[in-house]
Amino acid sequence: MTDRTSGIPDSPIEVPPGRQGQTPLLDLRHVSKHFGRVIALSDVSINVYPGEVMCLLGDNGAGKSTLIKVLCGVHQPSDGAYLVEGTPVRFTSPREALDAGIGTVYQDLAMIPLMSVARNFFLGSEPTKGVVPFRRFDLEFADKVTREEMAKMGIILRDTNQPVGTLSGGERQCVAIARAVYFGAKVLILDEPTAALGVKEASVVLRYIAQARARGLGVVFITHNVDHAYPIGDRFTILNRGRSYGTFTKAEVSHAEVMKMMAGGEELETLAKELEKYENPNTIAAINAASGN
Amino acid sequence: MSASAAPAPPQTDERVAKVNPIRQFFSRPEAGAISGAIAIWLVFALYPVSQAGFLSARGTASYLEVAAELGILAVPVALLMIGGEFDLSIGSVIGICGMVTAMLATEIGWNIWPALAVALLVALAIGALNGFIVVRTGLPSFIVTLATLFMVRGLTIALTRLVTGRTQIGKLKEAAGYDSAAFIFAKEIPIGGITLPVSILWWIGLVIVGTWLLQRTQFGNWIYGVGGNPHAARNVGVPVDKVKIILFMCTAASAWLLSTIQATTYGGTDVLRGENREFYAIIAAVIGGNLLTGGFGSVVGAAFGALIYGMIQQGVVYAGIDADWVQFFLGAMLLVAVLVNRAIRARAMGGK
Repeated sequence: MTDRTSGIPDSPIEVPPGRQGQTPLLDLRHVSKHFGRVIALSDVSINVYPGEVMCLLGDNGAGKSTLIKVLCGVHQPSDGAYLVEGTPVRFTSPREALDAGIGTVYQDLAMIPLMSVARNFFLGSEPTKGVVPFRRFDLEFADKVTREEMAKMGIILRDTNQPVGTLSGGERQCVAIARAVYFGAKVLILDEPTAALGVKEASVVLRYIAQARARGLGVVFITHNVDHAYPIGDRFTILNRGRSYGTFTKAEVSHAEVMKMMAGGEELETLAKELEKYENPNTIAAINAASGN
Repeated sequence: MSASAAPAPPQTDERVAKVNPIRQFFSRPEAGAISGAIAIWLVFALYPVSQAGFLSARGTASYLEVAAELGILAVPVALLMIGGEFDLSIGSVIGICGMVTAMLATEIGWNIWPALAVALLVALAIGALNGFIVVRTGLPSFIVTLATLFMVRGLTIALTRLVTGRTQIGKLKEAAGYDSAAFIFAKEIPIGGITLPVSILWWIGLVIVGTWLLQRTQFGNWIYGVGGNPHAARNVGVPVDKVKIILFMCTAASAWLLSTIQATTYGGTDVLRGENREFYAIIAAVIGGNLLTGGFGSVVGAAFGALIYGMIQQGVVYAGIDADWVQFFLGAMLLVAVLVNRAIRARAMGGK
């Protein structure tokens, strides 16, 4: 593994318009990650500024998971620099990243379905009251805060004692995000928060992301769903096979262009041609004949 | 997730008022055990043959004593089960604790208190070992503690016979400090013409402490988290391994407590003490609505599970039924409980 620190530029790569002179909350410069001889990420540069939604798009195997793990402290970059609010960092655990204000919400490992909303919200950071032998979990405070935090984001809970499993998938993601915000996250890394959600539920989550942006948080929104990313995103970074296609502001790319870059362009065109064939009645007749009907 | 979910966000808390209190009760984990205990009490109280004996003060005291001895074990067993693990080794820990105490106090002539302290350390060490192996290897606790169950029982029998040439030790009542130990662990409290063993107070005390711990403390929240989803709990900073090891030490400590109560009550002990208790404790916990896969359950439920056991055990005697039927009834109760609890949990989760 080579160290290339000498080659790291001393200013953010790809500064968006109007952000000159500002310090990004989170800044990766020419980051690579190797696992033995496998190159999972190669020369990727992304950053996110306060009050901005940066969408990280890519198909399966594009390197999104590796990039998340670098951002949240599970992996360390093999090469390149990682800066948080202008200071170079080298996280060795997710806890350290969390303490630095980087809150990660994992797709399916965020919540415990049989536990109540309030208990989930404070799991691992329970507020306590009383002196040692009688020190107890301050459930009233937990209930109050959970209710308030959810209300801030426009979700009114019926009952903070209801199990998380009774919430809709979208509401569950919102609880997880609200928790990260409450515990001091300045940057939210959302790993596929809308995957496996219906249209309505996804809109609940997207609305929530917009709320977080309005509160001045930086959001890294990882997804492979352009329909969800395009309306909410300010900038888009497209990953393909471990490399970045670059970062684009919304003014620079259309929905269709993002889609095309993600799929690697020509693959989608081939598919379109193939699909056209099926619309031809002669082809359908031929297929039916071949299968013996 | 049904498509009808996720209505428009702005709504008031008025929906809280719609929850029916009866339905709310039945979505609690202990609902099945409490209803079951009432039903069984009614059966023995209304059946003409058992009525007089079962309803008498002595009859009540007798089933409470049986329930207490199992209930003491069921409290930490329930906590451990909510934490996602089993402990099958407690039966043999009861045996070894009694033997360690009795051998130190009668063969070597120690005061009974230091002997009890050493026995407690032995129990805690076995609990810690169970927990350590389980969290380190990720093996099912069922298998790990089944192994320690056999090892500890075998060790107890073999060592006792090697040292004393017997499998029973008596004369504990002659040991120094016996009177004060008996006062704490084996006192008979006279109430209205009958006597209640102090073990009932230990049981009630443990249920209160266990419930408080589970429902009202940070550690309790960790128990739910660890059992519900250890990965998610670890992600948010819960010390998953530590929680599990402590819970295994608690089940072992409860085995020590029961062993001490029995040894001081009978003035002696037997290498086979506590045989099969691990199964009865698990039955009580499961009847009490504790989910075998963890993350859901209740200490109060486990207490009612133990009460059901006590009532069946003594009730069939008063009803003039052969005691051989106890196991059949208990097995049937377990099966019914598992089915009922499954429905309750579906209700809690789905609200249907």
